[in-house]
Amino acid sequence: MLIINSEIAQNIRDYGARDYPNETCGAMLGVDGADGREVRTLFPLVNRRDDSPRNRFSITADDFRAAERAAKERGLDLVGWYHSHPDHPAKPSEYDREHAWPWYSYVIVSVASGQPRDMTSWQLSDDRSAFQPEEIAWAVPPGNVR
Amino acid sequence: MAIKLEIPTALRQFAGKQASVEFNAATVGEALKQLTGTYADLRKHLYTDDGRIRSFVNIYLNDEDIRYLQKENTPTKDGDTISIVPSIAGGVRI
Repeated sequence: MLIINSEIAQNIRDYGARDYPNETCGAMLGVDGADGREVRTLFPLVNRRDDSPRNRFSITADDFRAAERAAKERGLDLVGWYHSHPDHPAKPSEYDREHAWPWYSYVIVSVASGQPRDMTSWQLSDDRSAFQPEEIAWAVPPGNVR
Repeated sequence: MAIKLEIPTALRQFAGKQASVEFNAATVGEALKQLTGTYADLRKHLYTDDGRIRSFVNIYLNDEDIRYLQKENTPTKDGDTISIVPSIAGGVRI
């Protein structure tokens, strides 16, 4: 289960809308505990696919290391990645699966005609054969009274 | 020669949950072969079916990407550190 508070979820939607019609991407920093995996903050990254940013995103090894450093500085783990699917459903593509790593949570937000829509989370199966849906638990942002 | 091999978080579950392991190896390729020989489940995540390192798997010897050295034939020396650094990619089909 992936726990995301509504403020962080809204940030992902906003980044998706901001970067439309291109794909947005970034890292999710948080904690991976017995009660689930919780996203505490985002680390937005530049989509390095200059040649095809509308249907591809790329996070380089240097960006990966920057995200890992950012997590470490905050006492957090790098728990996953978010990206948008402009004018496509929030479902992983075959290209997503081929390039995925196990363990991480992959959050996808669909952005239709510039408007953010569905948000889903996925994890690669250990044998790389498929993405499995990961349940998202929507939490209240810290400091907000329910 | 003892070479330290750092394993990224995403792959530790396939390597006895270890953050790093040590092998005696003369080249980067030899060290990786020992790694996947010891932890066979790592292989499919690091290599394609035809035995090439996957495009989104970056191998660094100390701070240098081995693509800019001698790739898997890059020689190692005692005390070197090999790191497996992910790059992340994806997107929709058009």
